Formats: sequence, C-alpha cells, structure tokens
Amino acid sequence: MRAVPIIAGYALQEALRRRIFHVVLLLTAAFLGLYWLGADTAFEEVAQFEGGLPVEEQELTGGTLFGLSMFGTLFLGAVLAAFLTLGVVRGDAERGLLQPLVVRPVGRSALLLGRFLGAAAVCVPYVLAVYSACALITWTAGDWWPDQFLRPGVQLAAGVLVIAALGLLGSVFLSATANGIAIFMVFGAGLVAGLLGQIGEALNAETLQTVAHRTSWALPFEALYQDALYRITSESRGFTGLAIQLGPFGGSQAGGTNLPVWAIAYFAVVLAATLAAFSRKDL
Amino acid sequence: MVPALLVEDATKRYGRVLALDGVSLEVQPGELVGLLGPNGAGKSTLVKIACGLIRASRGRAEICGAPAGSPPARAALGYLAELFRFPGWYSADEVLRLHQRLAGSQGGEGERGHLLELVGLANARGVRVDAMSKGMQQRLGIAQALVGSPPVLLLDEPTSALDPAGRQTVRALLEELRDREIGVLLNSHLLSEVELVCDRVVILSRGRVVAEGSPEDLSQARGVEIETDEGMRLFPEALRDQVPGLVEQLVREGRQIYGVRVLTTSLEEEYLEAVGGDTA
Repeated sequence: MRAVPIIAGYALQEALRRRIFHVVLLLTAAFLGLYWLGADTAFEEVAQFEGGLPVEEQELTGGTLFGLSMFGTLFLGAVLAAFLTLGVVRGDAERGLLQPLVVRPVGRSALLLGRFLGAAAVCVPYVLAVYSACALITWTAGDWWPDQFLRPGVQLAAGVLVIAALGLLGSVFLSATANGIAIFMVFGAGLVAGLLGQIGEALNAETLQTVAHRTSWALPFEALYQDALYRITSESRGFTGLAIQLGPFGGSQAGGTNLPVWAIAYFAVVLAATLAAFSRKDL
Repeated sequence: MVPALLVEDATKRYGRVLALDGVSLEVQPGELVGLLGPNGAGKSTLVKIACGLIRASRGRAEICGAPAGSPPARAALGYLAELFRFPGWYSADEVLRLHQRLAGSQGGEGERGHLLELVGLANARGVRVDAMSKGMQQRLGIAQALVGSPPVLLLDEPTSALDPAGRQTVRALLEELRDREIGVLLNSHLLSEVELVCDRVVILSRGRVVAEGSPEDLSQARGVEIETDEGMRLFPEALRDQVPGLVEQLVREGRQIYGVRVLTTSLEEEYLEAVGGDTA
C-alpha cells in the first residue's frame, strides 16, 4: 500500500494537466455565470408578482433554482468522474500506459486504489466548490438559503464518487469509449428513474413509483441526489413544498436512515468487484 | 546458481487459441538471450508471463527464484513493453522520478542523470514526452527499465523505433549490462542485432521452441572460399580445421593466396529454416 499515495499523486497530476480538466473548468465558469444571471432574473421577476398564488414565491423560486443547480453540479461532477476513470485499466492498457506501472512492485490493488483516490481528490472538492458557489449565488440573488446545507453537498459528492467507482469497474472490462458511453447511459438511467418517480407521484401510479424507487436504489447516486434535493427544502410545507417536489430533473425523495449505509455498502461492493476483476485480468 | 529467469512448461491458451505450448527456457545472470520468432509465435506472451502481466494456463515462471508477478519478482525486474507510452505531459526526468518512487530506488537525481546519459538523452532531461520523437521515447523506455538497477531485464523490441546510431547505443548498453551480471531476455525481430550481441538464441514458432543455442552453434558449415591469383576457389565440403591443409596444397601448386573465408549459414538462414513457413 506504500504506492497508493504515489499513484494517487500521479492520477491527480494527470487530471489537472489534461485538457479535459480545463474544459470542465471553462464549462463550470459558464454554468455559474449563467446560473447567476438566471437566478437574478428569476428572483427579480418573482418579486414583481402581486400575490394570488398560494405559495411562498421566494421559497419556491430559491428551492427550484437551487435544485436545478444541484442537477447541473451532479452532471458536471459525473462528467469529470467519467473522464477520470473511463480508461484507467483497459483504456490505459491498450495505449501502453498501464504496463510500465503494473510491473513495478506496487500491487494491482494499490494501483487501482491510487487511481480512485486521485479521481476523488479532484471530483469531491470540485462538487463541493460548485455546490457552495451555487448556494452563495442563490443567497446573493434572492436572499434564499437551503434548509440543510452541508449534508446535501456531501451527498452530491458521494453520488459522484459512486459514479467514479462504477467508471473504474467498467474500465476493467470495456474500452475507454465504450465505458464512457456506458457510464453516461447508467447516469441517464438514474435520471429517468427520478423523472418516472415524479410522474408516478403526480399520477399516483404505484407501479411507476416502485420502479423509480428500486432503480434509484440500484443506482444510489440517484437516490443520494433525490435525498439531497429533499433536504434543501425539508422544512417547506403545504403547496409550496408540493410545488418544489414536482420541480424539474427528478423529484426530491427522502432516502431515510438506511440510504447512507446502503450507499457505503454499494460503493464497497463495486470497489471490491473492481479489485477482484483487475487482479485476474491479463494485460 | 539461481537463474535470473526461469520458465518451465509455460502454456497459455486464449479460448481455442494456443498462444504458448509448453515453453521452457533459462537466462543466467550476465547472460544475454535473444528471443526470435515470427509474429504471433508467442514471444510477447512469454515475456508478459515472466513479468506477471498475464497468467500462464499451465507451467511456471520465476524471476531470481521468486514466482513471476510476486512483489520480490517485480522488484528484481526491469521491463520494456513492445507497446508502451508515457504520459505526454511528463518530462523525461519526471518519468524516471515516478518509476524510482514505484521501484523504491534510492538513486535520486544521480541515477536519473546517469540513466539518461546511458541512453543518449542527457540533454533531454526537461523535454516533455509528447515533444519527443518515437526513438527518444524508446530510449527513455530503456532508461525506465533500468531504474533501480534490476538484476533481470526483459526487453520487448527495444530497438524497433531506433535509427542505426540509436541501435548501436543500445548494443553497447547491452554489452555493459552483461558485464554487470544482469540477465537479459531480448525479444527482437532484428536478427542481425541478436546475432551481434546475444550469447544464446531461442527461436519460437507457433508457441513452441523450435531451435535453441548460441548463434555459432546454430550456424552450419558451408565450405571454405579461398581467393587466389587465379580467382576464387570454393571447397564446399571443407571445414574450418581443414583450412591450413588447403592453403598449403594451393601454395605447393604455385598459387598466390590473397584471402580465406570460412563459410557458415547466417542466423537468418537458420531462423528461416527453423520456423519453416510460419511467417504470420
């Protein structure tokens, strides 16, 4: 395990020096700028409403906007996680980058853990920074702050780590391109599950809700995201609370006390499966 | 003496394809062994089994007495893959520093400078990999394999991208490694190079060893050619030991002798005979 920090440092350097990271930074700056503009405009327009709606306009606007920004944050985090893990094993082996490292006395598990930690060292601060920036923008634009701040941010970061772990597992079996496509299809499946649940809730269709619930737990980054959405407006009640729940990009859904345990167990199983598959892989 | 590399009955099957079929070979410390064979003969598979990059379906491989792929075996090994690449954003010095840390080498800056000098990259220390030519990257790959002074080197096509001057540098380096008692397995398509530097040659074809021995042992006598004042005289059945007698006889006959050449088959001819029609 002596090599884990060395490989993590290597992965971190690789992430920071690759062009994709600079592209993500540019996209993030564009996203935050647009979000600021949108939030500012939305709060200004809502302030001109002259009543008549049975909702707290500022609460509805802040919750919906910030929920939207959380989706954006999760998406950008997923893009970063995918690009940092999609070629770690088979992709790097096909390019000849992996073999010189694997033959060193470091152990395959140390190599994989180092690569994962390197990706985590980029993704987690990134997600927390974008999440915090969005919260500050929302507060500045409309004097709105989430009911819970820290835990939803941590859950978003944890969701991105689950995506990174899935990307690492896929990289053992799939080429970089195929793995990239697979990661985004899995991410899309989670998003669709959230939307299905929302539709199921609006139509009171139990089967849809069950399918959505099971899918979001099978892909716990989605369940973590839904629970995070729930927590930012956990104190909203009445029609305002309902309106926020039916907001865009997947409804908020309380995950319950078992969600963190499930997410950790899921993550551990995915990582163990990756280590087992990599240890037997011919390079 | 514990062999630097020992392979016994190594067999590798990929589904229905038998890539390696019961191959055994040894490389002693200070010995330079050339591994020859057509494409698909199993050379790279054999080298990868020795490195622990792939698992043999049957048989075993050891590096300095330790099972291939185990931490002690990896610590004793330097490897240059046939297809390799270093991150383009690393400089030559950074590549070597990373491998020093992974290999646990305490050589520091001195070792890095020495290795870059050995492969003719002393002036490219700060040059980024993506700004290097293919030949420079191959030299850097050789320097990387030498990090930590491993007692065993497995080199898979180390000169394929080098120009003649680069090949000469590598040949001189291999000679030096032999003097340092390092065991080297050299997988190469360049027969002339193998013939020049290797102590022993192993020829693989269709996953099996089809010929083995020193380049001299593998070559066969093809007669003696003597240049006289009457022109070239060929004695097709004559052996090296018969040269003094032949010269004496010609001198007695009043001929002037200008040159004598003992003819043998080249390694290339022996190789082509050993692999038969296997040119895949």
